[in-house]
Amino acid sequence: MLNRLFWKKREFSVTYQFGFATIALICFFALYAPISTLVFYSFNAGNNLMLWEGFSFQWYVEASKNELVQEAAIRSLIIAVCASLISTLVATMAALGTTRTAPFKGQKLIFIMINQPLMVPEIVTAVALLIFFAIIKTFTNYYGLGYLITAHAAFCVPFAYLPIKARLDGMDLSMETAAGDLYATPFVVFRRITLPLLWPGILAGAMLSFVISLDDVIITEFVKTAGQDTLPTYMLGQLRRVITPEINAISSVLLAVSLVVVTIFFLFTRKRY
Amino acid sequence: MARKLSEMEAERIKRKNRANWLLSMPAILLLLFAASGPLLIVIVYSFLTPGNYGGILWEFSGEAWFKVLFAQDIFDDTISLSDAHLSIFWRSVQLSFLTTLICLILGFPTAYFIATRPPKTRNIWLFLITIPFWTNLLIRTFAILELIRNKGVINNSLISLGIINEPINMLYTDMAIVIGMTYVYLPLMVLPIYAAMERFDFRYVEAGFDLYASRFKVMRRIILPIIKPGVIAGSILVFVPSLGAYVTPRILGGGKNLMIGNLIELQFGQGKNWPLGAALAVTMLLIVLLALIFYMRISQRSEQKDAQ
Amino acid sequence: MSKTKKDAIAIHVNGVGKYFGSEPNLVKALDNVSIDIRRNEFFTLLGPSGCGKTTLLRLIAGFESPTFGQMLLDNQDITNLPPYHRSVNTVFQSYALFPHLTVAENISFGLEMLKKPKHEISATVDEMLALVHMEELKHRRTDQISGGQQQRVALARALAPKPDVLLLDEPLSALDYKLRRGMQIELKRLQLETGITFIFVTHDQEEALTMSDRIAVMSNGHILQVGTPNEIYYNPQERFVADFIGESNFIEAEVVSVTKGRSATASLRLAGTRKTFKANMPASKSKDKTATVFIRPEHAKLQKSTRGATLTGTLTNMLFFGTDTNYHLELDNGDAFVVRSQNEIGHAFHPAIGDKLGVVIDEQAIQVLKD
Repeated sequence: MLNRLFWKKREFSVTYQFGFATIALICFFALYAPISTLVFYSFNAGNNLMLWEGFSFQWYVEASKNELVQEAAIRSLIIAVCASLISTLVATMAALGTTRTAPFKGQKLIFIMINQPLMVPEIVTAVALLIFFAIIKTFTNYYGLGYLITAHAAFCVPFAYLPIKARLDGMDLSMETAAGDLYATPFVVFRRITLPLLWPGILAGAMLSFVISLDDVIITEFVKTAGQDTLPTYMLGQLRRVITPEINAISSVLLAVSLVVVTIFFLFTRKRY
Repeated sequence: MARKLSEMEAERIKRKNRANWLLSMPAILLLLFAASGPLLIVIVYSFLTPGNYGGILWEFSGEAWFKVLFAQDIFDDTISLSDAHLSIFWRSVQLSFLTTLICLILGFPTAYFIATRPPKTRNIWLFLITIPFWTNLLIRTFAILELIRNKGVINNSLISLGIINEPINMLYTDMAIVIGMTYVYLPLMVLPIYAAMERFDFRYVEAGFDLYASRFKVMRRIILPIIKPGVIAGSILVFVPSLGAYVTPRILGGGKNLMIGNLIELQFGQGKNWPLGAALAVTMLLIVLLALIFYMRISQRSEQKDAQ
Repeated sequence: MSKTKKDAIAIHVNGVGKYFGSEPNLVKALDNVSIDIRRNEFFTLLGPSGCGKTTLLRLIAGFESPTFGQMLLDNQDITNLPPYHRSVNTVFQSYALFPHLTVAENISFGLEMLKKPKHEISATVDEMLALVHMEELKHRRTDQISGGQQQRVALARALAPKPDVLLLDEPLSALDYKLRRGMQIELKRLQLETGITFIFVTHDQEEALTMSDRIAVMSNGHILQVGTPNEIYYNPQERFVADFIGESNFIEAEVVSVTKGRSATASLRLAGTRKTFKANMPASKSKDKTATVFIRPEHAKLQKSTRGATLTGTLTNMLFFGTDTNYHLELDNGDAFVVRSQNEIGHAFHPAIGDKLGVVIDEQAIQVLKD
């Protein structure tokens, strides 16, 4: 039935496969229905999660007044901003060092190192960082946000690296060669040619790492010291208690932030100039 | 003269290599410090003695590794296979496999569907698949929780429609975990299959039809063999995080239906047996590594095929 | 497949059209095309890119459905039959050899789909490999063989199920000149040996003329003329056909008088000259005062003196082709005219650019076009 909406009836189509469009549309529905329900109930007037008692912004107000939520939100933002800045900086440098160059010794090793956070299960990294930072804490007596920022910056590197590398791969070296031919020093070439051309990739990388850092649960849960909750770990803690639509409200805000950032990212990476 | 030139060239390459390494250094140091390096410490910890209140004592012990697979009876010291650990391992593998299978059954047609859309609308469908991928895993799991709990949307609507009288108990079961993981990891299956499908040349399908292959035969004999690398990549991408899942089983499985991830966490929390937790983490890492090596060998083989 | 008498119709295309998109961006790839293709015929669809020849081929193959019209294969309606139920095979322009299968596996694919017995399949595969001289590369993967070899495998794969009709979609376009010439002879041989109806699509007029039994010249989704290579070359009905095939001169002529008999004959004056010629007049033009006349460059003769010449002009350019030379003239009325003459050893005639020369045209070489 649904299939026929997408593959014209009677006309022969090379790509048609029985039932595929139906399954695909069910998938899209299934992907969005739960999130939509969650957002929908964040506007519930009652304090019951399931019974719809009318429209209200009550839970958004409630959440914004909650000091714990405020602190967690600020902490999340600080960590995400710092981590994405650091990871984007080092990822940009690494991308410049590993693309558009003749293959060199250790290049594969660098690739593996950079992509390592994508391959190792997060729980393993989380445990490793818990142990490692516990050791450092006993030596330094430092208990600040630095651990979380470092940990986030590290696992964000591959996400920042990917779009920057993709952008660099698509860039023609001839532009830089031409600039050099026109008496520009390497530094000027970088500042005036490479960087402006690379900029969309860098922004895309920064945005991806921002979202990844903002959403992280597991590593934060293991690395944080008491009283260092971010929004996701605060929510994880709340899930053990009586859940109120406040959680829905916080979730909806986080969803909106991700949606906006990813949409901008999508537009950035698609545009070519 | 010629020799000098080649020496200069060698020197230039050397300098370029050094510059490449210097540029990559900050990223590598950061990752060594806060990602790869600590993994080595985990291995060391798995060979130490647990401290009384968490942490470790600096004494060598193989006990943690022993305990990964075996249990010692408290009363008569008899050694047997650790049913508790083994069943959790086995459940993790089973649930991950099931999740991968369901993701494949749902994800393949979806990827195929997206790849066969006209270029204009294709990007919109692709965008719709990537959005959930970039949204918070915890929130997506929580959304499933709200749907399937006893007083959740599904049970409520089924009851108000009069289809059932008592809520169906879905939450805190293995099924809940599989539903949650399928929901959370489905985009990871769709994206690599889509990438393979997008490069697929549909003239092969025309040739198949021309040579009397039915739609089913074309799918089985032409499309599937050619995009197999994408299917394998998607399966690995779903299987690996499923096996390492922690948040989803914790929220949807309640306290009872553990997976390896929760078992590891338990050793650092209530269990206060860090070496055992470390040993379990290393075990998980090894399983994942095996899966990755398996994947790399297959993708390398297909790359070699492409190169020939 | 019973062989009926030679003139039986293999493919009957009846008022077929194929439109893509919708208003206002409607593209009429094919518009109301009708054609009969005979059994055992080497039939060529010839035209520039975008003329609809490939669309027509894809409709016959079944990869697309016509917007309207009907198609018959051996008097059976195949209009809405999927390609896997048509006894029609295609040699694709890109060959579309399955990259995950070997040469032999590619050739046996169609036979397996038709559920032929195993021994028959292996026998046919060997037969086909021999037919295209590819026995040695049987177990190679298709990406390990050269373009010319891929071409042969694609042919063998399409011929293996012994279809009623073989469709060839510009199969030689990816080959270099030498290889292409070889394959032209090879294709003609295969067609004669197998007795299968070939429908060949090309934009190369030379290819069409050398291989075909009949040619259909297409433009803008229409068939302009169908005929043997001879008819198409010597008696083009329209300016497009004359222009697309070979080299042509077009000259405006004044119609002096028309005598109506079984076919109308006109007296004509060429490009403001005095002498009148007689030529067949298309029925549609019988009332017109002027007509376009078409003359092949090799049907005109060049002479040193302007006396007794049909046309006179100044030599502007000479192009040497080895066997022939093309002489470009600017006629006295300003029109361009090309004469092609064979180069002979000891030829005494060596005009220079700027010379005033005469052109002699035989009455038989003049043909009036429909448009």
